[in-house]
Amino acid sequence: MTDLILTPNIDGVDDFYAELLAAHEGLTKEDSDALNARLVLVLANHVGDREALSQALKAAEK
Amino acid sequence: MFDDRYTLAYKRYPYKKSADQDAASPVRHPVVVMGGGPIGIATALDLGRQGIPTLVLDDHEGVGMGSRAICFAKRCLEVAGRYGCGKPMVDKGVVWNIGKVFNKDDQVFEFNLLPEEGHEYPAFINMQQPYYESFQLDRFEELQKDGAPIEIRGKNRIDNVEVHDDYVTLEIMTPDGPYTLEAEWLIGCDGAASPLRTMLDLDFTGKVFQDSFLIADIKMKNDDFPTERWFWFEPTHGGGASTLLHKQPDDVWRVDFQIGWDVDRKEEMKEENIRRRLDAFLGENVQYDMVWSSIYTFQCKRMDSFRHGRVFFAGDAAHQVSPFGARGANSGMQDVDNLGWKLGMVMRGEAPDSLLATYNYERIHGADENILNSTRSTDFITPKSEMSRLLRDAVLDLSEKHEFARPMVNSGRLSVPCTYDGSPLNSADALDGPARSRPGSVCPDAPLGDDFLLSKLGDKFILLTIDADAPDMIEESGIQVTRLALSTTDDKTGALRERYLGDNDSAVYLIRPDQHVAARRPSFDDNQIRAAIRRAIGKE
Repeated sequence: MTDLILTPNIDGVDDFYAELLAAHEGLTKEDSDALNARLVLVLANHVGDREALSQALKAAEK
Repeated sequence: MFDDRYTLAYKRYPYKKSADQDAASPVRHPVVVMGGGPIGIATALDLGRQGIPTLVLDDHEGVGMGSRAICFAKRCLEVAGRYGCGKPMVDKGVVWNIGKVFNKDDQVFEFNLLPEEGHEYPAFINMQQPYYESFQLDRFEELQKDGAPIEIRGKNRIDNVEVHDDYVTLEIMTPDGPYTLEAEWLIGCDGAASPLRTMLDLDFTGKVFQDSFLIADIKMKNDDFPTERWFWFEPTHGGGASTLLHKQPDDVWRVDFQIGWDVDRKEEMKEENIRRRLDAFLGENVQYDMVWSSIYTFQCKRMDSFRHGRVFFAGDAAHQVSPFGARGANSGMQDVDNLGWKLGMVMRGEAPDSLLATYNYERIHGADENILNSTRSTDFITPKSEMSRLLRDAVLDLSEKHEFARPMVNSGRLSVPCTYDGSPLNSADALDGPARSRPGSVCPDAPLGDDFLLSKLGDKFILLTIDADAPDMIEESGIQVTRLALSTTDDKTGALRERYLGDNDSAVYLIRPDQHVAARRPSFDDNQIRAAIRRAIGKE
């Protein structure tokens, strides 16, 4: 079981954030939401670990 | 005919009639600098220290009022230090390390910058721009007394220029009427609105941001405000859509309110309206005096080329960024640092004109990096679309509990010197050493006993050897390169090893006059180092 990483883990985080915004540029809100949904599923598959995914869902809850 | 465009904080160079104005034919000067702001004066300091006659023409008679650029980063201070005016700046400036980020009204996190040890200069200081300019002008006058061939003329406004192949003709207006001068080289340091750019009909392209910011400098009557940087995203106090609170010297705090695009500037600038915002922000019980205020809008733009024959542009005249990250004056100082030695060498006939073309390459690289960073900060502070706002708010929400999101919070990425990766002056990296000192980087400082590395490098070509043999002096293509021999046995803090050696036992660095690395290798090799020197002066 892996603990979810909640400390900084992305090199060049500003580059990543800019790329994320760029992916959404020019999309309608509906298309943007759909993109985010697909992105969540892609990333979840990459994580794989069931426990980590459950922890991620908790971390994202308000 | 000669009205000031702005109020002066200090009158430093009152108009005096020059003999040039009565000359029968135009007098020719080696270098004329247009504009007596921080970048223009720095240019004169750099060239004057090399003994190059430099004349600064300014349409005012001193330092403009208003705190304006309040954040001076390490590299800027190091360059000023080399010119001989860094110390008084650090003595006057305010150093802060603690920052707090608020979302709506709640603090989401606090950070400590924990600056790296072993540098002569702090990561940055906060200080009103007029102080910065005054310290530079003090140094200017000192150099003049010591015989440096530099001069500044107040109320000398350049109204027209004509660029020829090997000189520039300048039509200048003064309170005594017009006169004409010639300059072998003209350097435009005449600010964001650059009249010179307009006279030459040169493009200045990029993005205008539809937002405006109200700055208020206030002097607190009770000084229980800490020396910290506080940034609010969308505070509910209504003073502004984002708000920044920052300490300056003399118990003055800078407050920046983001107030939107469609504002009535005249109305907003009324003291009662500024106080209304301030009171909403600070609460009724905080007593303060207003020192200075201004409304600014900004753009992220640059010229296509910073060189046009015998004319160079530096500072805001060449490139403009949003204020987030303090990349305006700081990057202008790096322009001067880059241009000074190159122009000096070309004027002395030590290097070919192609060396000057690299000013364009390297500083456009720097400008693009600054524009990219400051644009990203702007996009984070004022999201452009619904989704970018949702993502921004998600980052802020998560940052309260989760450390990973904090580096994503972007209220400005502080100016750090640009690394000239890919510059034609770099030789291929032959050392598997630390990335931070690869060819193109500015040398990181390191303690050397009671002294520091950068002050020993100075502003000439240096061959830095660490536990490596090399000749004490190399002469190549008319350039003398002096060796600075260091050893890890003198490296008590380990900073030299960490910043220059990595896992290597020895290293040899060729360092340019602007303290950027031109080449590095594990040991001295006569052919390779000579080739690197030729390359670094544009001869290969």
